[in-house]
Amino acid sequence: MNGIIGKKVGMTSVYDNDGNYVPCTLIEVGPCVVTQVKTTDSDGYSALQLAFGEAKAKNTTAPLQGHFAKANTTPKSKIKEFRNSTLSKQLGDSVTVEEVFAEGEKVSVVGTSKGKGFQGVVKRHGFGGVGQATHGQHNRLRAPGSVGASSFPSKVFKGMRMAGRMGNDQVKLKGLKIIKILADKNLILIKGAVPGHNGSFVTIEK
Amino acid sequence: MDLIQYVHEQITPAKDYPSFKAGDTISINYKIVEGNKERIQVFKGDVIQIKGSGSTKTFTVRKISNGVGVERIFPLVSPNIVSIEVLKVGRVRRARLYYLRGLVGKKARIKEVRHNTAKG
Repeated sequence: MNGIIGKKVGMTSVYDNDGNYVPCTLIEVGPCVVTQVKTTDSDGYSALQLAFGEAKAKNTTAPLQGHFAKANTTPKSKIKEFRNSTLSKQLGDSVTVEEVFAEGEKVSVVGTSKGKGFQGVVKRHGFGGVGQATHGQHNRLRAPGSVGASSFPSKVFKGMRMAGRMGNDQVKLKGLKIIKILADKNLILIKGAVPGHNGSFVTIEK
Repeated sequence: MDLIQYVHEQITPAKDYPSFKAGDTISINYKIVEGNKERIQVFKGDVIQIKGSGSTKTFTVRKISNGVGVERIFPLVSPNIVSIEVLKVGRVRRARLYYLRGLVGKKARIKEVRHNTAKG
């Protein structure tokens, strides 16, 4: 699997060649640095480890500083492995967008979704709430309803969908189309929305 | 935001239309594609709002068609807009003329700006 690490810039919309107005997300991708080349002989599987995003040396742990020094590069803030990569790269090489992707391709984007805080079941799990809003009913509109039977089984089953923390999860979106690649500024335009805040790291995979 | 601006500088072709604001009466020549045929339709009406900035700027035009109010939102950078013509410059005191939606007939008119020309 080939891929690259990027940083979400923001959303905008552009006209495509057919005259359709397409909503799209702009992502700043790479250039990433190869920080480790894993092979089946030495590691049991083959993978390419990439790093992206400048980090301060004082905020980087000593073991990681040594790891980056080995690849002859400055400390980076995001490291990601891409298994069975078909790119032939050496330690310390840089990976740019056009080497990995082409315009019009379908890609997957992995990111961390925006945190929504503590949310009820209606927003978190799409429950319908209980009963009607009118006819004398009150305070049950967004309630979860029953969580199980009584004396048997005498417990609430594990995994019962309830209120709780929502968002801030890893999300993968598949089948997003690449609208445009602007190689000179390392930018990529992807159709539709992408998980996470502006400025958050995402990985784009084939 | 600078990077988004850069993308539009690269992708979106710059358009050169006469400047207009809310309250102006304009006519838009709009390209309509039906199958493989193309024709140009004219939409004439009052600008009731201009929204957004840069390459995602849009404007809303309102007209009364057969006694029914019709509003249409145009993106300013749309490749389907052939040309825009400013017919009248209106004198209005707001940027968003939503109050026109509640008015009909003579009340829904917009006063025109009249320039005092020096008497020769």
